[in-house]
Amino acid sequence: MRKKVSILMSILVLVTVVLGGCSDGDNQTGKDTSNGSSQTQTQNAGGDETSTGDAVYGGSIVVGITQDLDSLDPHKAVAAGTKEVLYNIFEGLVKADKDGNLVPALAESYTISPDGSEYTFVLRDGVKFHNGDLVTAEDVIYSLKRCSGLLTPQEEGVVIESALSAISDIIKVDEKTVKVVMGEPSTELIGYFTCSIIPEDYKEQDTKPVGTGPFCFESYTPLTELVMTKNPDYYLEGKPYLDKVTFKISANTDAAFMELMAGTIDIFPYLTAEQASQLKDTYTIMEGSMNLVQALFLNNAEGPLADVRVRQALCYATDRQAVIDMVAGGRGHVIGSNMFPSFTQYYDAELETYYEYNTEKAKELLAEAGYADGFTFTITVPSNYQFHVETAQVLVEQYRQIGVEAKIQLIEWGSWLSDVYQGRNYEATVVGLDAELVPSDILKRYRSNASNNFLNYKNTEVDELFAKAFATVKDEEKETYYKEIQRLLTEDAASVYIQAPALLVAVNPNLGGYTFYPVYVQDMASVYYIGEAQVNE
Amino acid sequence: MKYLVKKLITLIITLLLVSCAAFIAFQVIPGDSVTLALGTDFTEEAAEQMREELGLNRSIPARFADWMAGAVRGDFGTSSQYKQPVSQLIADRLPVTIWLAVLSMLMITVISVPLGILAAKSSGGILDRMITLITQITMAIPPFFLGIILTLVCGILLSWFTPGKYVAPDKDFSAFLHYMIFPAMAVSIPKIAMVVKFLRGSVLRQLSLDYVRTARSKGNKESAVLVRHVLKNALIPVVTFLAMVTADVLAGSIIIEQVFNLPGLGRLLVVSISNRDFAVVQAIILYIAFVVVLINFLVDLLYRWLDPRVE
Repeated sequence: MRKKVSILMSILVLVTVVLGGCSDGDNQTGKDTSNGSSQTQTQNAGGDETSTGDAVYGGSIVVGITQDLDSLDPHKAVAAGTKEVLYNIFEGLVKADKDGNLVPALAESYTISPDGSEYTFVLRDGVKFHNGDLVTAEDVIYSLKRCSGLLTPQEEGVVIESALSAISDIIKVDEKTVKVVMGEPSTELIGYFTCSIIPEDYKEQDTKPVGTGPFCFESYTPLTELVMTKNPDYYLEGKPYLDKVTFKISANTDAAFMELMAGTIDIFPYLTAEQASQLKDTYTIMEGSMNLVQALFLNNAEGPLADVRVRQALCYATDRQAVIDMVAGGRGHVIGSNMFPSFTQYYDAELETYYEYNTEKAKELLAEAGYADGFTFTITVPSNYQFHVETAQVLVEQYRQIGVEAKIQLIEWGSWLSDVYQGRNYEATVVGLDAELVPSDILKRYRSNASNNFLNYKNTEVDELFAKAFATVKDEEKETYYKEIQRLLTEDAASVYIQAPALLVAVNPNLGGYTFYPVYVQDMASVYYIGEAQVNE
Repeated sequence: MKYLVKKLITLIITLLLVSCAAFIAFQVIPGDSVTLALGTDFTEEAAEQMREELGLNRSIPARFADWMAGAVRGDFGTSSQYKQPVSQLIADRLPVTIWLAVLSMLMITVISVPLGILAAKSSGGILDRMITLITQITMAIPPFFLGIILTLVCGILLSWFTPGKYVAPDKDFSAFLHYMIFPAMAVSIPKIAMVVKFLRGSVLRQLSLDYVRTARSKGNKESAVLVRHVLKNALIPVVTFLAMVTADVLAGSIIIEQVFNLPGLGRLLVVSISNRDFAVVQAIILYIAFVVVLINFLVDLLYRWLDPRVE
């Protein structure tokens, strides 16, 4: 016994020495901080650019990512972790700017017919693919057909964007103009024209991707890295700044964190609050929004949770600010419905305070529903998302205050997808949902018959509002309808909406220009070295 | 000869059973590659289309038979994630894992054999106690934890290597070896402890046998007794143990590759399991099983050579 204790002691001593040592060792990390700027910079969601300084051209950087790419073909990639990288190689007719507005990219301009049945795009002059060919109307038509499923035969592995299946025909008006005809008119589809434009009938997109973006693909080694180099012919004057960007694939955030401490990574976008505080002396820590809706999603058809009063009780019993303080060091934005704040036009801030933390009220509602002595339920959480697991742990403690016993069940992500998301075999779960920058995409799962309505939420009023919102072409009406849907979700307590989690990014203090977007991308075109360009490969 | 044939048949049966087990395990665990690939964009139609493309809509026995037929011809199919032939994927990552294993085994033998003998020789003395204490401690540390400590101490505090700065062997071999020393250390240190403990026991057992007294009474020096007489006998069980350690080293490197960010087989295996990339997982499992069985087979041969009494 004593032997065991002494072993334990030695290990503890070792760990203390090692961990204590590393905080002093920051100045030995080999990171050149000649600029002397080791200040922490914190910015609000929606994100502006980093500190300005003399932007210089040239240099190379390493960006850390933790997920391997699922495909190099932009129409075959599904993982968000892949799309954020490919964003630098490919572009669509339009792209989102940092405020969430869609601005023309490959298209110089576009018009949508008032009834939403025709979208007309005028192409930008003289844009070249990375292989030197000019972008033609044929390429655009081919690309749009490829990702909307209109190509025959359908190419293997291409994931069809279901919203684009509304397209019935794509017509070449002239060399510079393409008209898209919709089978079901809608004015909301412009957000889907971010779909990447690729050269027609190019067969090696899987291995040697060719696009029009600010960077050209150079090489990809599975599990190791993807390297891209500056596109000298990029149509935006003055961009990109960097000569070379390496996206380095780390096995997990812990391995990436080690590399950050060693200074081999210049930009890393998925820090935990704890890691961020450890890195604040050597890196600029920037805060944006993950553009996720994190919630305790409830199965509205299961046990006590089928009763609206029980769900409302859980909402009243949730101290959302306390959750954010506990799991994210206070960084995050309280939300009250299924919408994230960076989507300003459709966001209703009033709903944030609809359920003020009030355990008395929660108990009253429980008693009304016949659960005066509380009840027990299980929260199923995907174990790979530490953030959601910790959130669930805090919730369990909070619900104990009103006599409700919640148990946490951890499952693997693959099992979560098949059992919870598709099988709807669960009581409650904590996850974050993302969406395209289209209001209908964010809210459509709440339609009673939606195939991805894993909450089993049913409200005919919402169904009607959704149909109206989708049909109307007037922007103000749309806004009213979608806001009304959000209010109904809150009133019905469809789920316990918690927060839009903050995205913490470590940036080498010698770099400037890192920009946040309301979509999940890592834009390297705006990043530059301040003062003197450095090489990190 | 008969022995060889017998062993070969065992090898084939083992591989067959292993691939069967891996195949079934993959059918049992929830979530398939289609579910994972589509994620929250899952719809029945999209899933159906994808299953058809990947050939996943056929019956389980049909798929297994297909896979077996390919495997026999050396064709392990195409990775559903990387869209590359599985054999290519594995071949690219194999050198990393092999080098890790070779370096680790080298460290284990070179360090543990002298240490084990030293401990046995000074049995009960201060040196022995020191060695025993250190081996007890290092044996208790899991390799992944050791890996993290090594990265912190050698990589970040002492700057002996740059964490994450792995260099491919065909780019700069000496830089590659330099980086690989540290993961190899993480894999081998706990194993060194085990081998030292084992060898020490084995030597002590031999020392208590009659032939040692005879050797001594013939006037041999103590060190000559140890090296010429005891060591050969004491090493026989250690060789068997080393074979087991080799299998362990392979398993350990799967974890260590995650910690040190090595693009080896182990990381490929972990990534493929979480993506339900069946073709890759199946081929790697088969490969690992093959290596383990092969090593056991070689050890058997070595054993017979070391000790002709074994039949």
